[in-house]
Amino acid sequence: MNYWRAVAAILWKDVRAELRTKDIFSSMFVFAVLAVVVFNFAFELRVPDMRMVAPGIIWVAVSFAGTLGLNRAFVIEQDRGSLAGLLLAPVDRSAIYFGKMLGNLLFMLVVEAVLLPLVMLFFNLSLLTWQHLVVLLLGTVGFATVGTVFSAMAVNTRAREVLLPILLFPVLVPVLVAGVKMTGGLLDGQSLAEMGNWLRLVVIYDVGFALVAYLTFDYVVEE
Amino acid sequence: MIRSDLRLTILTVLAGAGMVVAILFALVWAPDAVGLTRPETYAQRIIYFHVPSAWLSMLAFGVTTVAGISYLVRGQRRWDSLALSSAELGIVFTLAATASGSVWAKPAWNVWWTWDPRLTTYTIVILLYLSYFMLRSAIEDPGRRARFASVYGIFAFLSVPITFFSIRWWRTIHPVLFDAKNFGLSAGMRPAFFFSLAAFTLLYVVLLLHRLRLEMAREEVEALREQLGL
Amino acid sequence: MRAGPGADAGRASSAGRPMIELRQLSKAFGSKVVLRALDLSVAEGESLVIFGPNGAGKTTLIRILAGLSRPSAGTVYIGGLDLRTHAQGIRRYLGVVSHAPLLYESLTAEENLRFFARLYGLEDAEPRLSALLERVGLAGRRGDLVRTFSRGMVQRLAIVRALLHDPLVLLLDEPDTGLDPQAAEMLHALLAEVSGRSGDQPGPMRTIVTVTHHLERGLAMADRVAILVAGRLVFQARARDLTPGEFRPLYERYCGGGGR
Repeated sequence: MNYWRAVAAILWKDVRAELRTKDIFSSMFVFAVLAVVVFNFAFELRVPDMRMVAPGIIWVAVSFAGTLGLNRAFVIEQDRGSLAGLLLAPVDRSAIYFGKMLGNLLFMLVVEAVLLPLVMLFFNLSLLTWQHLVVLLLGTVGFATVGTVFSAMAVNTRAREVLLPILLFPVLVPVLVAGVKMTGGLLDGQSLAEMGNWLRLVVIYDVGFALVAYLTFDYVVEE
Repeated sequence: MIRSDLRLTILTVLAGAGMVVAILFALVWAPDAVGLTRPETYAQRIIYFHVPSAWLSMLAFGVTTVAGISYLVRGQRRWDSLALSSAELGIVFTLAATASGSVWAKPAWNVWWTWDPRLTTYTIVILLYLSYFMLRSAIEDPGRRARFASVYGIFAFLSVPITFFSIRWWRTIHPVLFDAKNFGLSAGMRPAFFFSLAAFTLLYVVLLLHRLRLEMAREEVEALREQLGL
Repeated sequence: MRAGPGADAGRASSAGRPMIELRQLSKAFGSKVVLRALDLSVAEGESLVIFGPNGAGKTTLIRILAGLSRPSAGTVYIGGLDLRTHAQGIRRYLGVVSHAPLLYESLTAEENLRFFARLYGLEDAEPRLSALLERVGLAGRRGDLVRTFSRGMVQRLAIVRALLHDPLVLLLDEPDTGLDPQAAEMLHALLAEVSGRSGDQPGPMRTIVTVTHHLERGLAMADRVAILVAGRLVFQARARDLTPGEFRPLYERYCGGGGR
């Protein structure tokens, strides 16, 4: 179907462009590492066990880096006016949304993949279990789902990048709460099954807002 | 409804009278709550203002969201004007609810604030309102402003129940120390409570109509200035 | 200079309805009215060139035709279909060259074109892609990043992009902006050639709507001309009824002396 071909085309276009410049990835990664290091200093002396704050640090670092990545992904389109090129194509506008969203998701996952070993090193934790990865994935999907719509809006305003975190974080609270809760739970030795209600919460969030994004993205990109 | 000055004036007078009666109910006619110390019985009367304010802040949010959806579907500017007007009132009621809650909390629990689920979610609601206004003020083109605000309103409103549940579950490890719904309404209090609720709702509607009129007048002025080339 | 079956334009082709039809088209941004109740029709295979001073609403008009912007009032018919309900299908047959390149700098010319081919659902676009690159003289640079292209080369690539899916309607929004006169001349010759409008090309007669500032060049490529001032179409005529010498003072009169 042309729809999914278009989504894939947009995704690979963004990936290929990013592989050339590595703009987005490098700034996201550096920022995430900086955040982790800064938090390390911020908490070190007052917290008995750094493992207590590790989940929070991970998710905050991911959120901040993610916001940076989201901004850049759309600023690039905006500055060149190339969004119009996408809008001229004979596909449903939502294909642009999914293509962009998957691209954002991919970039964030790559950053997380590189960040995780670092965090493991700093905090002496084991984080490379499939459960941790599932939790990270679900949370990141939520982030990309909502963040892609909001960054498309923010980029079209006077305040631009500054506005995105303001719009995004209040809406993202459930994802952050669930993410920290589950990551912490896993570190405490709980199994995913025991945290079933949190999993359900994130899945509902992801699916629900993906639907809302699908329905409303048209209104964000058309004039 | 906007055009008819007479009807709006009558409604305004009714709303004003309603508030006066509600105050009388709350401060004078409602019975004292039992089992509380002297300062607490006075403070408890805040419930007649606190709860309606909170309820209206959420109603206003809902109206803003629905008006936003109507704008997206129908494309008429007045829906966006309604959304904006309701959001302004909503944030006023939100602040009123927070302030009154705080005033109640001090004599009752000896703290100004607590991070229980309801209050925490409410903080997020305030932030969502603020973000809504920041988004609006960052856009100049009225059509785009209306569209973006409508889309954001939908996301924001739908996030509230999910946020509430996430915070509620999050907090069950530490028992909720002060259950805000701990004020059983005795039979004697009910008339005061429901009257207050009605009076506040009428106040909201009247203020909404006034604000809407103001907004439409402002748009007319804009259009006229545009025509005259000012 | 221009022969071919499209020359007797100015009325709907005898085959029936016009290719593009605007009825009472209006567009306002808030209280600022940019287009006022426009009525316009463009026959199949006709080349319409619209002139007008800055702020007349030319770009807005092109954006609406391209489906990038929604009218505040009125209807747009392209190929007999209402743009409002058939936008997606119509876009398949529209090609747009704008003064913004709509291309990705970090990709090569080839990658850009292949991307758009996929986006438009084109099967086996390679031969056409290569042929078009050849026609615009960019075949040798196909593997180079667009970032390394000069402005003129970017616009040439943009033409290829616009023609890749063989559109029935071409919309050109001041494509020669930012080009020196030589490059602009070359671009116009190119446009005439690849859009099937030069005498020796038996290509399809595309319907073309161009918006431009440049009177001479615009007149040269037009079957019909129109002047848009403050959102209104104040003048329309067949191009062959006008010489450049006549047109300039006419244009300046309508624009109140604002032409170039």
